[in-house]
Amino acid sequence: MATESTNTQGKSGSGRVVFFVLIAIAAVLFVLGLVDEYTMDGPNIHPMDQFIVSPLFGDGPIRFYTPTNVTLWMALAVASVAALMVMGTGGRAVIPSRSQSMAELAYGFVRKMVEDVAGKDALPFFPYIFTLFLFILFANFLGLIPMSFTTTSHIAVTAILAAAVFLTVTLVGFIKNGAGFLSLFWVSSAPLALRPVLAVIEIISYFVRPVSHSIRLAGNLMAGHAVLKVFAGFAGAMGMAGIAPILGVVAIYGLEVLVSAIQAYVFTILTCVYLKDALHPHH
Amino acid sequence: MAEEATHGAADAAHAAADAAHGGGPGMPQLDFSTFPNQIFWLIVTLVAIYFILDKVALPRIASVLAERQGTLTNDLAAAEDLKRQAVEAEEAYNKALAEARAEAQRIAEETRAEIQIGLAEATAKADEQIGAKAAESEARIGEIQASATQSVEDVARSVAGDVVNAILPGQSVDADAVAKAVANRMRG
Repeated sequence: MATESTNTQGKSGSGRVVFFVLIAIAAVLFVLGLVDEYTMDGPNIHPMDQFIVSPLFGDGPIRFYTPTNVTLWMALAVASVAALMVMGTGGRAVIPSRSQSMAELAYGFVRKMVEDVAGKDALPFFPYIFTLFLFILFANFLGLIPMSFTTTSHIAVTAILAAAVFLTVTLVGFIKNGAGFLSLFWVSSAPLALRPVLAVIEIISYFVRPVSHSIRLAGNLMAGHAVLKVFAGFAGAMGMAGIAPILGVVAIYGLEVLVSAIQAYVFTILTCVYLKDALHPHH
Repeated sequence: MAEEATHGAADAAHAAADAAHGGGPGMPQLDFSTFPNQIFWLIVTLVAIYFILDKVALPRIASVLAERQGTLTNDLAAAEDLKRQAVEAEEAYNKALAEARAEAQRIAEETRAEIQIGLAEATAKADEQIGAKAAESEARIGEIQASATQSVEDVARSVAGDVVNAILPGQSVDADAVAKAVANRMRG
């Protein structure tokens, strides 16, 4: 039973990748098309300008250590995490304050997820997974502040996050199980003749994981923010009739709040699922 | 013509802006020149968050949760204890109530018995006194009767003597015979 479910999961995983790539490309093309068409008539709407990385001070070249808007908004994410998880829990109260309650809820939520999805032996990875969750959550929410910069909308950032998960999971898999980790790709419950074929599919799906993992997050946020910007541009250009795009912005903003939380959740739970595969590769 | 020219100018300006940002056409996400910067700061950020969580936040929250669990367990145990005490107290109260009721019943019974005894004694005493008084009265009645009888006999004897004297004057009256006759008559 378990084999079949992981199997289908693997297949739909690669299906999902294609799906999300297509969606992302479609969204980008859609946005670019809208912009192109609109710029013909005069006002310039640059929905992608909000993603431009620029130095905070001066206008010099961007070296790896240059403080940029990326630095600023990541620092704000760190500050937010510290505010919630350290200052919020400063009271250490048995009957928690509101902020302490939120910190405990987040803690319990992710801890339970790790325990339920990846098993009790995955708990040593809990701080790592909680770090990923809080960073993505706060980066997403901070990105929803008007005029802010969404660090998680950049493929460079999400690719590193996904690659870190991929490397961790692969290393843990081999360290804990040795060559037995390879049984993850050998579906022992399938008919013998099918197993090599399935193995190829499983291996491809395994290596596509980090791609889907990263593009899902970056694509969702980029598309959402770009659409917000496009609608905002319409509102600016349409004068009194701009009320309609403004209502659209409000609706999409609500959707984006949901997407921000859901994408943080999805990234985290997929990390747990991958970790489960590494710890228990036998289907 | 002029319109097209302005369009051309706008496009050129846009392209220039893109060039100034150093990005490709449209997507700053694919501007690889900013990747080292983003990756560097991301790693710094993740390490910072990890240490904040691992060294400060997580141990603190874990200890708070453990403490809360402990408090809950203790409070539940205390509540259980109090409940047991309440049940015990109620039992003791009911027992005391039952005892008191039994005691009251016993006392009432005793009192009733005592009263019964006292009543019986008093009745007996009264009966005795009444008996004594009745006996006395009877004795006196007897005496009075006897004295009355005596008087009647005396009167009868005297009357009989007088009758004999009247009928037979000069004849001495035999007192003994008269007495005997009267006594006979009275007895009969």
